[in-house]
Amino acid sequence: MTHTYLVPLLKILVLLNAVLVSVTFMTLLERKVIAWVQVRLGPMRVGPYGSLQPIADAIKLLLKEDITPVRADRFVFTLAPIVSMVPALIAFAVIPFDREATFFGYQVPLVIADVNVGLLYLVSITSIGVYGIILAGYASNSKFPLLSGLRASAQLISYEIAITMMLVSVVVMAGTLSMTGLVDAQYNARVWYVFVQPLAFVILFIGGLAETNRAPFDLPEAEQELTGGYHTEYSGMRFALFFLAEYANMIVVSGVAATLFFGGWLRPFPNVAALWILDYIPGWMWFLLKTFVFLYVFIWIRATLPRYRYDQLMRLGWKVLIPLAIANLVVTAVLKVLL
Amino acid sequence: MLESLVFYTLAALIIGFGVLVVTTRNPVHCVLCLVANFLCVAMIFVLLAAEFLAMIQILVYAGGIVVLYLFVVMLVNLRRPPDARMDGRRQTRFGFVLVALLLTEVSAILVYSAAHPSSLVAVAPQRPAVGNAETIGMLLYTDYLVPFELASMLLLVAMVGAIVLARKEA
Amino acid sequence: MTPITPYHYLVLSAALFAIGVLGVMVRRNIIIILMSIELMLNAVNINLAAFSYQLHNAAGQVFAIFVVAVAAAEAAVGLGIILAFYRNKETLNIDDMNIMRW
Repeated sequence: MTHTYLVPLLKILVLLNAVLVSVTFMTLLERKVIAWVQVRLGPMRVGPYGSLQPIADAIKLLLKEDITPVRADRFVFTLAPIVSMVPALIAFAVIPFDREATFFGYQVPLVIADVNVGLLYLVSITSIGVYGIILAGYASNSKFPLLSGLRASAQLISYEIAITMMLVSVVVMAGTLSMTGLVDAQYNARVWYVFVQPLAFVILFIGGLAETNRAPFDLPEAEQELTGGYHTEYSGMRFALFFLAEYANMIVVSGVAATLFFGGWLRPFPNVAALWILDYIPGWMWFLLKTFVFLYVFIWIRATLPRYRYDQLMRLGWKVLIPLAIANLVVTAVLKVLL
Repeated sequence: MLESLVFYTLAALIIGFGVLVVTTRNPVHCVLCLVANFLCVAMIFVLLAAEFLAMIQILVYAGGIVVLYLFVVMLVNLRRPPDARMDGRRQTRFGFVLVALLLTEVSAILVYSAAHPSSLVAVAPQRPAVGNAETIGMLLYTDYLVPFELASMLLLVAMVGAIVLARKEA
Repeated sequence: MTPITPYHYLVLSAALFAIGVLGVMVRRNIIIILMSIELMLNAVNINLAAFSYQLHNAAGQVFAIFVVAVAAAEAAVGLGIILAFYRNKETLNIDDMNIMRW
């Protein structure tokens, strides 16, 4: 009884709380990192060195006036931020933080649901996340958000193809769709998959940037384009939900990249016994470290690169990434059969 | 016990959203009800131990086909307001008669087959040795290879056809 | 509570199919008619998956995957036709789509 219902429920509670707190403090991280890149200090007033800024932001957004446009579709207008946030949160159900950890004498695997189609679940949930943007653009009953919403969703579904092919390349090498199985395959192969398939990792990362609407692919939500994109008419907490969903998506993409290409919870050189001292750091801490590095790279890229124009963006997705992805997949499959 | 609860809830949701799809005026609400319907059908597939099919259902149907429908609904509704008039020329009575005939026939078949169980009787369901994806993969690439290749040709032809049809005459 | 037999799934599938047929007969908007056809295809998929579960043969699920692929192709081409038609005639009412009839 305990094991079937109580343990997963506790895991869900802990994970959801951790994720929601992380995305609020990611706003602070982003502002600080971009500020330091631009040789300024960022938020410094609230709390020591500005560390309580997200709490001030949350209070401000909760107290803002909740405006709904006239003649907007009220039901869809309220639904769009929810449809944006929920897939970002439920994608965490299959991300493995560690193989097993011991809590109060129980051995619990640190993954909520280790389904044997875990990777396919992630791709499906990502494709559901497109709806939030389209519905937000439609429900605002205004030309600019509608066009921006259609553009953004076209961008998302274009880059989904490249991402899915890269995930398939990794699956071809590992032979399993389950996320913990993928990390085990990297342990058995004695090498992280990033060294075997660097191109797949690069394409996955670029696709992940486009999927989460991050710079340099953030045309749909930039303030200078189409007067603010698909969330122009949103204010207060609904506006915040869109951005929290984006940060949650970023954490998911970072977690997936860490699991698939960088060994998940494995320490560097997991089969080398001479580095036994690294074993004192628990697996989930390695995983969080790798995820944090990718998040930092996301923010670093945003601070550095200029924005792509829409036609350049689509050309990159269809004419550059998809042929490269297909080539990578074919070469992987052929080499897997021959070797 | 839990399986019955989940099944009846999902069945009620599927039928409810299906009825909403065929009765809602606003096409965008119709599409949203369709998405909810597809997600509930995917959960039914998980109940039937077909998790690969469930993920394919979400990925292709709910995440691809319905997005396509949503795009077309918005591109077509862009200039016109949603029409509030009732459709004048629909054939409601004939539709209901046809559905009643269909349901009668199907329930007759069901009752007959329940009364005369054939030799293909259900055994206690056991978990297969390999996962669902591996089983389908084995079948798809050995026994059903020709239909698989034909399906890929069909998708290629459909892709070319859709591009040609939707292209503006330059 | 009676255990869930495959008959339950067949009844659900029949009901969903009937709702799809009702949608095709009653609605006049061509896009909603296409969506009702997708409902019918889903009903068939539930049927196939239920029989695959009962007979422990994954061929039912393989067939269901083919149905999904064909539905995707049909949706793409059908919506392309609708878009091309709409550009010429500015209507979505299926009763007005009678160009070939005199």
